[in-house]
Amino acid sequence: MAAEQPLFDPSLKKRKKKAVAFTEDPLGPEADPTTPAPTTIENTTTNGDVVDLGPTTAHEQMKRSLDGAPDNVDAVDEVKEDDDFKAMFPDGLKKKKKKKDIPMDLGEDGSGASAAAAAPAATEDLDFSDIKKKKKSTKKKAMEDFEKELNEAKAKDEAEEAEADDGEHLNELDEADLGDDPFARNEAPAGIDSGTEPWLGSDRDYTYPELLTRFYASLHAANPSLLTSTGKRYTIAPPQILREGVRKSIFANVADICKRMHRQPEHVIQFLFAEMGTTGSVDGSGRLVIKGRFQPKQVENVLRRYIVEYVTCKTCKSPDTLLTKENRIFFMSCESCGSRRSVNAIKSGFQAQVGRRKATAQ
Amino acid sequence: MNVQNLNSFDPFADEGDPLGGNQDVGSQQNYLHIRIQQRNGRKTLTTLQGLPKEYDPKKLLKAFKKEFACNGTLVDDEEMGQVIQLQGDQRLKIVKFLTEEGIPKNTIKLHGF
Repeated sequence: MAAEQPLFDPSLKKRKKKAVAFTEDPLGPEADPTTPAPTTIENTTTNGDVVDLGPTTAHEQMKRSLDGAPDNVDAVDEVKEDDDFKAMFPDGLKKKKKKKDIPMDLGEDGSGASAAAAAPAATEDLDFSDIKKKKKSTKKKAMEDFEKELNEAKAKDEAEEAEADDGEHLNELDEADLGDDPFARNEAPAGIDSGTEPWLGSDRDYTYPELLTRFYASLHAANPSLLTSTGKRYTIAPPQILREGVRKSIFANVADICKRMHRQPEHVIQFLFAEMGTTGSVDGSGRLVIKGRFQPKQVENVLRRYIVEYVTCKTCKSPDTLLTKENRIFFMSCESCGSRRSVNAIKSGFQAQVGRRKATAQ
Repeated sequence: MNVQNLNSFDPFADEGDPLGGNQDVGSQQNYLHIRIQQRNGRKTLTTLQGLPKEYDPKKLLKAFKKEFACNGTLVDDEEMGQVIQLQGDQRLKIVKFLTEEGIPKNTIKLHGF
């Protein structure tokens, strides 16, 4: 993005202008968090002529892919347009789904756990999805380079869209609450859009993407809290793993994590040991001493699996569940939807003989 | 009614584990479990437990050893039956191998970190 900026070419005015608009975005909130990103970008230059800025939101982009393409691309491209549309539309869908998915996957924190302490976990979650996203966008870009000769303008729009996405995620990485800014920016034009549906002017039928766009526009216009509810997701502090000597690890905040998950530490510890195929003990200050060397990432993976299996409700994905034991069977009942199901008992399975065999030899 | 049903199981409680350790509340008796275990240093062991009857563990072990270029052995466990034990972290390779051989992925349980 920055490399693009210095070359100033009158023919590239359109691109240049947009590049400026988007660089403002990731840098602006960092420089001054109190100033929100520009909610709208004027589609005129300083000397008055109208510039086509391309789609400013994902919704608009979807719409543009539908009705914008035929009027500025000639007949040859119309065949291509279909492909292009196909290529970009599932992505648009996926992206939207992901945004929605993240809070849903982890549920909402109804427990009132302090969000500030849990922030690191949130960033890690974002980090995870971010990697995936970046990979996708680079792939997308490569694909667009290929198609560039045919419809350069549109490819450019998309590339910048992807870049804007990256900026968005960088913001989210920096500070979770700043990440809302790009959303807010996306929101405003989408809300304005409703009422100016393109099918009103003509007698053609509306298409699915258009209706989808309209749905999201009105949904977000009606409840803006949906866009800002990301802070309310279920977060858990990342495990703190210390090393004790060479072959022991200490899981320092196990009690804290158990409290946040509303689970008995014994149950969690049992699961950890069974999954990691090791043993250990709890020391005097409530920390868990695990035999073997473990990275925080590894423990986090196991904890994630624990949460999926024993904390989140399978029906409504809410983490607001209770685990009770009845007749040797654990039952998990959901506080928010009332569902109740049995969960698998923790079994450690086969333990291979490791180390000396003194005990068996004698 | 539910509780009564469950109570009927209780007389067996003092019989050790009548289900032989490979059966449990759910229908998890036919899961393939792939586990990892840490050894000294950065060495690990991978164990494969719960292989369906129709597969010959000996032949499978031979194929594993050749495919993954590692050593391994067949361990007889009184609870779990025959367990394939391989040197090193071969979990993902085992999953890939088994799924390519037509074992449904949802019957394979990958444990460990």
